[in-house]
Amino acid sequence: MTQVSMTLNGKAVTGDVEGRTLLVDFLREDLRMTGTHVGCDTSQCGACVVHVNGEAVKSCTMFAAEAEGAEVATIEGAANADGSLNVIQQAFQDHHGLQCGFCTPGMVMSAAALLKDNPKPTEAEVRTYLEGNICRCTGYHNIVKAIMAASGQDVSAIAAE
Amino acid sequence: MYAFEIEKPSTIADAVLALSGEDTQALGGGQTLIPTLKQRLAAPEVLVSLSGVSEMVGICRNDAGEMCIGGATTHAAVAAGAGAFPALAALASHIGDPAVRNRGTIGGSLANNDPSACYPAAALGAGATIKTNTRDIAADDYFEGMFSTALDEGEIVTEVRFPVPEVANYQKFVQPASRFALVGVFVAKFADGVRIAVTGASEEGVFRWTEAEAALSADFSAEALSDLTVPADGMIADLHGSPAYRAHLVKVMTGRAVGAAT
Repeated sequence: MTQVSMTLNGKAVTGDVEGRTLLVDFLREDLRMTGTHVGCDTSQCGACVVHVNGEAVKSCTMFAAEAEGAEVATIEGAANADGSLNVIQQAFQDHHGLQCGFCTPGMVMSAAALLKDNPKPTEAEVRTYLEGNICRCTGYHNIVKAIMAASGQDVSAIAAE
Repeated sequence: MYAFEIEKPSTIADAVLALSGEDTQALGGGQTLIPTLKQRLAAPEVLVSLSGVSEMVGICRNDAGEMCIGGATTHAAVAAGAGAFPALAALASHIGDPAVRNRGTIGGSLANNDPSACYPAAALGAGATIKTNTRDIAADDYFEGMFSTALDEGEIVTEVRFPVPEVANYQKFVQPASRFALVGVFVAKFADGVRIAVTGASEEGVFRWTEAEAALSADFSAEALSDLTVPADGMIADLHGSPAYRAHLVKVMTGRAVGAAT
């Protein structure tokens, strides 16, 4: 076992991990931060997307030991300081961007990474960016709409409720 | 996964030392190796993570005008930082998905030499030099067939040097489930001729289509390919495409790359 320390949603955390402990398992099993989901465990689905040093990564395909010293952000840290939903989360609620909700943590974290680099993406850019996030309910239209709305764009013309 | 230790050297010298032990394996971004470990297709005793080797990260131009990319540079960094070689930046920006591109590295991709990976086509197509901790290897001597390279045990891809073509383009026919290339063709036009590298198609991994290189060196247009055919012998057969289909795609994608080359 090796000790790892990182900053999780602004707070210092530490734990003992094996070499093979995945970042997502460290988050979920050791820290009990279960907002980050494991959908496929094969880096296809994106339910486990978190930010490491500001970049979206699949936490099922990175070892916890590799995040030593990193700034890690998960869905638990996404809300506003007063506990209200952030603009992306609120847009997902307003535009029915989730059905079962399993993919939602990864969708929201991917959307946040997209909007950080590209504050006003086109619909095509949103769809392309979400290539690695799979919604098993196939609710993509409203997810895309929510992200467009979160970027402050008019979404009334986007098809398919 | 079977149990292993992770070492995290911060210099190439320390990484080489760590890899000199028994049953060691270099870990780049892990986007192929970690799924492989999960399936227990690899069982190293020690993984040597290269992501903390800062001297292997970054993009620059050398005095010869080559674009030099550190082996631990991520696909996302190449997509953002290789603007002087637009075909290479575009290739990097279509590997996997955004989260994969934030971890996966050029050195890892070239060391793995997946027969459907994109970077081998760029390296062979542009005639890159693969620099390791011990030597420089020309791309023409580096790729030795599916998942096989000229690298020795414990040898690390520290840098890749790309001559920058006059114009180039990479066309990828995406296998939508894996996002690897069903067939990918990299076309690079230099002052002294055209090079073409094909990935995803052959059971021998990435290869140069020399017939088309000769035709395009004489006349850089898609029409110059019209009399050429690609033999289906030795092409990959799987549920996504037959050898004949892949052979057909090689010509189609080459023509598209010529038309789109900038």
